[in-house]
Amino acid sequence: MSSAQPLLKVRGVETFYGKIQALKGIDMDIYEGEIVTIIGANGAGKSTLMMTVCGTPQARNGDVEYAGENITYKPTFEIMRTGIAQSPEGRRIFPRMTVLENLMMGAMVTDGSTYEEDLARVFKLFPRLKERQGQRGGTLSGGEQQMLAIARALMSRPRLLLLDEPSLGLAPIIVKQIFDAIKELNERDGLTVFLVEQNAYHALKLAHRGYVMVNGVITMSGTGSELLAREDVKAAYLEGGAH
Amino acid sequence: MDYFLQQLINGVTLGSIYGLIAIGYTMVYGIIGMINFAHGDIFMVGAFVALILIVTLGLSAATPVFLLIFALILVLVLAMALTAVWGWTVERVAYRPLRGSFRLAPLITAIGASITLQNFVQISQGARNKPLQPLISGGFQLTDGGPDGTGFVVQLSYMQIIIIVTTIALMAGFTFLINKTSLGRSQRACEQDRKMAALLGVNVDRTISLTFVMGAALAAVAGLMFLLYYGVIDFFIGFLAGVKAFTAAVLGGIGSLPGAMLGGLLIGLIETFWSGYFSVEYKDVAAFSILAIVLIFMPEGLLGKPEVEKV
Repeated sequence: MSSAQPLLKVRGVETFYGKIQALKGIDMDIYEGEIVTIIGANGAGKSTLMMTVCGTPQARNGDVEYAGENITYKPTFEIMRTGIAQSPEGRRIFPRMTVLENLMMGAMVTDGSTYEEDLARVFKLFPRLKERQGQRGGTLSGGEQQMLAIARALMSRPRLLLLDEPSLGLAPIIVKQIFDAIKELNERDGLTVFLVEQNAYHALKLAHRGYVMVNGVITMSGTGSELLAREDVKAAYLEGGAH
Repeated sequence: MDYFLQQLINGVTLGSIYGLIAIGYTMVYGIIGMINFAHGDIFMVGAFVALILIVTLGLSAATPVFLLIFALILVLVLAMALTAVWGWTVERVAYRPLRGSFRLAPLITAIGASITLQNFVQISQGARNKPLQPLISGGFQLTDGGPDGTGFVVQLSYMQIIIIVTTIALMAGFTFLINKTSLGRSQRACEQDRKMAALLGVNVDRTISLTFVMGAALAAVAGLMFLLYYGVIDFFIGFLAGVKAFTAAVLGGIGSLPGAMLGGLLIGLIETFWSGYFSVEYKDVAAFSILAIVLIFMPEGLLGKPEVEKV
């Protein structure tokens, strides 16, 4: 966790949608083996930051460095071939492809030699997907789609996994399953995870470190437990208690 | 009955050619949601490329059969490759710079590309009809006209067999490519969610280019078949063939690959039967009327499926 160079280094990133500035100079570091979360309200810019790391949209100012390489202005498909994978907002399952085909799409960037092994691994993590492998993505339930989105991202054997709101709209028991899976991937395989969440309690409990984002600016950062203990975080993001 | 059989054979042959062109329309529509109006002209270019190759190689009906078959396969492959370059170029020059622009923009450049191709061929090849002596003649007589020789003689020519068999083989190969290979999966992924495809490392621009390349290659096959079957082409054949193939794609359900094949076959059959039993003059009216009727009752086309998705 304390290796000298961060795996992902974000410096002064500003991203715009037309004239509207969504990110106003973001600095963030993610070290190898960490789970880092960004919490914040709707529209704070969390997803935008995640998409900016992937180059869609690209940052107008600032730098994104991954494994020592500046990737700010690389095309998205090239960034995704360097070991970054994303399970995006809204899951974006290919609706008219089967579960298995969706997973094959995830493995596009690999040379195919580890395909069987990776498939077995994600089926072990989410046994539900194995039962549904011949079914079309669009007919899965929300929780199954979320599992598929994460599994698809894992099929590329990422070093850095970006997860955008994996708990959105899911029943608490499914949320627990998914968070357990993330934890397992991190502890067992040493996978580095960047997690965007509105479910601040779960996210901060899981993460090693967290950032709080408000209107395109990072306002606080610290370890997960530090942030959980802060009164202002509790007031703003944990209203209504743990859920 | 014999007359019916003959019309059926003719209709399937014509439908095969339409089907091959229709695939290009439907695939491009599927992946970038635009009608490539220049596709009919790509078919025309394919026919001209094939003609130039045949003349260059000096092929004629006098060429020994074995050599002729070999040479025609060579012509087929070269015509596909060269026409594919044209298809790629049109996409690169006329459509890619406008990606992300408003929806009508690429439609307008498509019409421009169509006019450009027509005029280029007209100027470089001349405006007159280009005839080609039949290279492959003869065939089977399926009926002999009855005992007194007054009945209808049903002919199945070698050329018709070649067209139908080639079409079936290509469509089978193509269906496999789309459904089972990694390239086909990338194409379907781009169709369904281009941004997500890029997030999985798919080079979207390259995949779109390849779609144009494949559509153009199939159109070139149709062009060669058209040339060999009818024995005459000109710079304007792409217009009507293009409109018919586009109709076929819409009839079958635009965006659907089996739909394009089915639509092509149906348009070919409708036209041929109408010409055979009613009047040749109104065959286009018949084809377009059927299209209108089908679209009234099935707006998605015959095989276009309405979306079944959970959110």
